[in-house]
Amino acid sequence: MATLDVAAGRLGGGAGARSGALSRNARTVAMVWERELIRFRRSQARIITGLAQPLLFLVVLGAGLSKFIGSRGAAGVSYQQYLLPGVIAMSVLFSSLFSAISIVWDREFGFLREMLVAPVSRTALVLGKAVGGGTVSILQGIVLLVAAPFVGVHLTFLNVAEMIGLLMALAFGLVSFGIVVASRIQRIESFQVVMSLVVNPMLFLSGAIFPLQRLPGWLGVAVKVNPATYGVDPIRRVILGDKGALTIGGGIVPIWAEVLIVLAMGTAMLALAVRSFRRTE
Amino acid sequence: MEVEHLVKRFGPFTAVNDISFTVEPGELFGFLGPNGAGKTTTISILCTLLTLTGGRATVAGHDVSAEPDAVRASIGLVFQELTLDDLLTGEENLRFHATLYGIPRSELAERMGPLLEMVGLTERAHDRVQVYSGGMKRRLEIARGLLHSPRVLFLDEPTIGLDPQTRTHIWEYVDTLRGEEDTTMFLTTHYMDEAERCERIAIIDHGQIVAIDTPSALKASVGADTVTVATADDALARKQIAQGLGAEGELTGEGVRLRVPNGEAFVPRLFDHLAVGVTNVNVRRPTLDDVFMKYTGRDLRDADSGMGERMRMNPMVRSFRAR
Ligand SMILES: Nc1ncnc2c1ncn2[C@@H]1O[C@H](COP(=O)(O)OP(=O)(O)OP(=O)(O)O)[C@@H](O)[C@H]1O
Ligand SMILES: [Mg+2]
Repeated sequence: MATLDVAAGRLGGGAGARSGALSRNARTVAMVWERELIRFRRSQARIITGLAQPLLFLVVLGAGLSKFIGSRGAAGVSYQQYLLPGVIAMSVLFSSLFSAISIVWDREFGFLREMLVAPVSRTALVLGKAVGGGTVSILQGIVLLVAAPFVGVHLTFLNVAEMIGLLMALAFGLVSFGIVVASRIQRIESFQVVMSLVVNPMLFLSGAIFPLQRLPGWLGVAVKVNPATYGVDPIRRVILGDKGALTIGGGIVPIWAEVLIVLAMGTAMLALAVRSFRRTE
Repeated sequence: MEVEHLVKRFGPFTAVNDISFTVEPGELFGFLGPNGAGKTTTISILCTLLTLTGGRATVAGHDVSAEPDAVRASIGLVFQELTLDDLLTGEENLRFHATLYGIPRSELAERMGPLLEMVGLTERAHDRVQVYSGGMKRRLEIARGLLHSPRVLFLDEPTIGLDPQTRTHIWEYVDTLRGEEDTTMFLTTHYMDEAERCERIAIIDHGQIVAIDTPSALKASVGADTVTVATADDALARKQIAQGLGAEGELTGEGVRLRVPNGEAFVPRLFDHLAVGVTNVNVRRPTLDDVFMKYTGRDLRDADSGMGERMRMNPMVRSFRAR
């Protein structure tokens, strides 16, 4: 070890020379976001499962079930075509919640304390986490778009742009929801419970995997109260058009209303998440 | 830093039971106690990571309950357990920290360089923390705590598990730091040599402060020096001392060990009363170990435990909960 050169390490003096609270918080959002991306890049297993699972659904489930469902049951398109937006939404769902749940890991491995003891607002921490988790899951969703030509879906540049916008809304809502869940979970084991009791029903009841027409009454209600439904439906409509769109009381729900529902949910969740973080104990 | 009647309960269990003390600006204050005494809990409250159940505490002039943000802006903390991000490199961990504390990018390299040198991690700065050894992680953790030069620095068993050479380096750095910046330091440790460096020491046991004073005053409070006398016949010597001086000795491998109020004055009298040949006499002043033993009934070093166990003792793991 070299000799000490303390003087060089102490430039700039005390807190007075530091940047103000606003820019510090802005930089914190960016840094938390960057950390999420670095961590994602370095978790190969996560990238592989994140892509393999939706593709498996698309290829195996899609091929296997298309005979039974036929194009009539799947809103006038082949079941694989129907499933494409579904698996994209599914990948966003899983990876958004996974990103958010990483807070539980941070807590278990102590890094959360490093963040909580710092003089930054809890809003900046939560926001960074939400933006970071959202970015990662949108990236995964976009990569899945390369499967489109293989199932006979042709996308225009505008479609892709619209998709990205919708994925952002969906990811934002889901990550915020995930952060609220994560802030209430003490141990990693509980994650499994949340996965099977919350995430799977949310996925199955969103119209991502099977068409929503002709569902038994109670299931129809469950679908309509599931916020994920309003994230999945517009994505499908961008890819496949309005056939088979979600209807309430016989009328098609406008896309802007669906996006609004998702954003409103997301904002409410984010506010709740920030509040959970304020209570440090 | 002022702490008045601080109480912390976890359910029915009282971890910190009405403690009060003051730490002067620039002071190096030692906080000693056996495992589970409440040291980390106290630090967590002072650092705003736990809310207090009762009493009052101010750090750097700010109330921990009323102005947590102001407290956070003035403190630094080296945690007892590891709090690094394993997937990030050492350098990235430090950069993250620098951002949280608003250190301008232009200053970062100048600050980081010497610290990485000090902890001997310059060459490994771009490796993921995952592949670091336990000691390397600890060193990185210390470098991180010092990175933003806080006004008040909390060190919760900072050098646990480090080799003596590294500890020396770190303490040299800390000394220079205190000389230049007047940083107030709040240290918990199970190492006697580190406790010895403190200007004042509080000993906490079962959540209560049982002694608080300067190391020399604490040692004086033990009230006894240890005199060890080796003779040709220790058993006989022991008997003669008991009869002639009324001092009850203890036979050890090194001779007869006696605890007496004033060791130096005792030695001449010892020679007067001994009729056996003396080969060696040793007078030892009380150490902090004796102090610790007196107040807690335990040995300072015995109170130390392995790092693996410590990581699971992280109070936040159990207690961070949104209500
Ligand atoms: N979140 C918690 N919930 C319940 N009990 C807790 C919690 N945190 C700490 N305790 C208890 O409070 C007591 C004091 O713990 P603390 O971590 O402050 O000890 P310590 O003095 O730091 O010990 P060590 O030398 O082992 O680090 C212990 O008995 C511990 O079990
Ligand atoms: Mg402790």
